[in-house]
Amino acid sequence: MSDNHQHHIVSYKTNIIIWIVLLIFTGLTVGAAQLNLQSLTVFTALLLATIKGTVVALYFMHLKFDNKILGFFVIITMIIFSVTLLLVFLDYGNR
Amino acid sequence: MENQNPTHNEHRDDQASKLGMWLFLFTEILLFGGLFFVYAIYRYMNHDDFMHASKHLNLTFGLVNTIVLITSSFTVAVSITAIQKNNPKLALRLLVLTILFALTFMVNKFFEWGHKIELGIYPGSEYFLSLPKGEALFYVLYYFMTGLHGLHVIIGAILIGVTIYRLKKNRITHDNYIFQENAGLYWHLVDLIWIFLFPLLYLIT
Repeated sequence: MSDNHQHHIVSYKTNIIIWIVLLIFTGLTVGAAQLNLQSLTVFTALLLATIKGTVVALYFMHLKFDNKILGFFVIITMIIFSVTLLLVFLDYGNR
Repeated sequence: MENQNPTHNEHRDDQASKLGMWLFLFTEILLFGGLFFVYAIYRYMNHDDFMHASKHLNLTFGLVNTIVLITSSFTVAVSITAIQKNNPKLALRLLVLTILFALTFMVNKFFEWGHKIELGIYPGSEYFLSLPKGEALFYVLYYFMTGLHGLHVIIGAILIGVTIYRLKKNRITHDNYIFQENAGLYWHLVDLIWIFLFPLLYLIT
């Protein structure tokens, strides 16, 4: 039942656009770090990194076009990751 | 459903193959995730020391390596489009380019680490032992995280090397390229991890 032959082809043009977007976001990440955002520095850096990561996963890793079950599993992994991070900080905060 | 090519009727399930690769990638995410937790807590506990130590990292090296890795991710993605469009020659060239980018990354890393070690910033050195505890912790995490990531770059480059070999032997074709896709997924993960490592180590000053 495998659909070995039904693959969405990401065009060369889309790939180039994604590459440029990633480079722009890299520039933004470095630029934002030069501003003195105080306590927001880490938040901004992680937010920009998350946006870049999502773009890589959706387009370069084809999650947007692949079987939905893959994206579903990725979301579950990210939830497990976030919950663990939350628990770690709850533990640390309550010492 | 059925394989049209009469000479190739072995069982094949690309979907399952890819799912297996993703499951492996999840274990990688959690491996690096654990290190990010360690970093987060220690950074919280040694805020000023981490800031101070981070200033000694060379932003140029970090930035150049970020651009190199993003571009190598791009060449891998385009190589998959190329094989899908039945252009194995272009796919092959792009993958060779990817390996060159991987080499560039490692050479940069070599000089970056080499410079630090020359300055005596490495676990166990006399200078290192005289550093405040938080700064020493930052450098340990820096070496461990970029080291583990560097190992992944080497493994990824080897995987891409195998992909090139298979392309040359026509074992990867426009209707059977799951190996290339999975090697590509691994390479993108290496890029993804660096996307988070770069700001956390180099930019938070």
